[in-house]
Amino acid sequence: MSGFRVLLRDGRAAAGLVILTGFGVLALLAPLLAPADPLAQHDVLATRFLAPFTEGPDGVRYWLGTDAFGRDVFSRLLYGARISLAVGLLSVAVSVLLGTLIGVLAAALGGVTERGLMAVTDAALAMPRIVLLLALVTLWEPSLTLVVLVLGFTGWMPVARLARAEAKGVLQRPYVEAARASGIGRGRLVWRHVLPNATAAVMVAAALGVGNAIMLEAGLSFLGLGIPAPAPSWGNMIASGREALVNAPWVATFPGLAVAATVIATSLIGDGARDVLDPRTRERSATI
Amino acid sequence: MLSRIVRRLGLGLGIVFVVVTLTFILISLAPGDPARLWVGPGAGQEELDAARRALGLDRPVFVRYVIWLADFARGQWGTSLAQQRPVLRVIADALPHTLLLSVSSLLVTYLFGLLIGVVQAMKRRSLLDTGLTVGTLLIYGMPAYWLAIMLVLVFAYGAARFDWPVWLQFPALGVAGLDADFLGPWDRFADRVRHLTLPLATLGAIGAAGTARFVRSSVLDVRGQEFVRTARAKGLPPTRVELRHVLRNALLPVVTLLGLSLPALFSGTVFVEVIFAWPGVGRVMVDAVGARDYPVVMATTAIFAVLVIVGNLLADLLYAVADPRLRGTTR
Repeated sequence: MSGFRVLLRDGRAAAGLVILTGFGVLALLAPLLAPADPLAQHDVLATRFLAPFTEGPDGVRYWLGTDAFGRDVFSRLLYGARISLAVGLLSVAVSVLLGTLIGVLAAALGGVTERGLMAVTDAALAMPRIVLLLALVTLWEPSLTLVVLVLGFTGWMPVARLARAEAKGVLQRPYVEAARASGIGRGRLVWRHVLPNATAAVMVAAALGVGNAIMLEAGLSFLGLGIPAPAPSWGNMIASGREALVNAPWVATFPGLAVAATVIATSLIGDGARDVLDPRTRERSATI
Repeated sequence: MLSRIVRRLGLGLGIVFVVVTLTFILISLAPGDPARLWVGPGAGQEELDAARRALGLDRPVFVRYVIWLADFARGQWGTSLAQQRPVLRVIADALPHTLLLSVSSLLVTYLFGLLIGVVQAMKRRSLLDTGLTVGTLLIYGMPAYWLAIMLVLVFAYGAARFDWPVWLQFPALGVAGLDADFLGPWDRFADRVRHLTLPLATLGAIGAAGTARFVRSSVLDVRGQEFVRTARAKGLPPTRVELRHVLRNALLPVVTLLGLSLPALFSGTVFVEVIFAWPGVGRVMVDAVGARDYPVVMATTAIFAVLVIVGNLLADLLYAVADPRLRGTTR
């Protein structure tokens, strides 16, 4: 927890955390805050493409306007935050589990296994991620679960490399030597001593992955291969707004700003975390 | 140096092999029957069996893999299910467009990225630096597809609606105008450049923003090092210190970044090609995914892997040019 407090002292990281927490709160409170049902279509002809701040025929004020079906963009943005943030967090959780497993296994087993695992990691890392995503999405019907899994299975490579490097460092430490000398088994050694000490840096990297995952989810939904309509996700909102770009630019603009703000927030946290962590990593690499 | 290149080539081929194998495994695992897609939903069992034999699907998976691998290596990439023409032809038509877009955006990315990053590092903590830091962070955070749409909104629709000067209006779709064939060589070139502008601006802006962020911190890192202090202490003129000692060393990690940033560049290319109706490999791939056109999906996946690997190889060569320590070593 103290590391978290140190991170908060960095202005950029604090700003990033405030933005992300803000989105998280908005997403959680969406049912309370949203002025309208995100899926509700009223009289489509009367309510479609209303400009921001206008009042609809039914007396509802549309802060961010309405889309092609007369749905409230602000409400959809709030509910979209739920889907986008959930996809970001869950898919990163999958990446972290998988990456840590592969990286720590590689470091602990060494030899041919390590080289093999790292070769697969490097091969997967050499691919543009969207290409991997597209190749995977072809195979199954689009759904929320598929998007989470596919993002998770294409994002573990940097985590694996980092986890391996960290685990290798930890394996050199005297306390691991001591544990080994006390005669505990290899599995227990890795589980009790290596894993807990190798995960700090991995967690920071993972936090950065959330922004990227949200951007990619939006990208897949934008291509019509992500979250299926009518569920609101920032990506398919941008996609539907693109068709009405000339008449109703607000439909695509606001979800795009939300995605950008999330990515910027995670970059800010990353910048702060790097500076906070840097002296520690420098000190450590000097001692190994 | 030569053995290094040969070694990297071997490694690259290995990666292509792994990628191609993984794609094959995935597609074999996929639910749904390619033979069914081939004959259509109305076909009877006999037709289905015939199609299965024709596609070689009646053989064991491993045999299919070996045959497919051999065909793939020999450049027999099969026929596109959706377009009914050789996959190789489809790729050959698309590849030049992707190369034009990605190479030109790499140039823009590094030209502006280096310039902005170095200026920021030189004027550190000035108003200009702060402004550029905020600006690059904002652009860096934008999804490529969204920035593309916003550029279309402003420079294609907005510019036309508000009667901006012609040189500020840009076409939003395609690589050339409908009348391109009737233009003289000079006008045709101008037409192509105008069509390239918005896609290039999208990829270049995002790339340059990321590069500038990296260059700035790289230059500042090197500046704080002891050999720079030594260079200053021995009385070298400041410009010489900056150019010979700081910049030269700060550029090395930037060259590494070039190799590492290629996958992200091609990811961006996919979106930009879709939005601007740019007939490149990315757009072909997205269309193939939509149509479940497996041969094309596999071929485009492999092509992107090859592009990244070739790019990395070039970055490696560049690295050797930039860092004399790597020349002549047998590592």
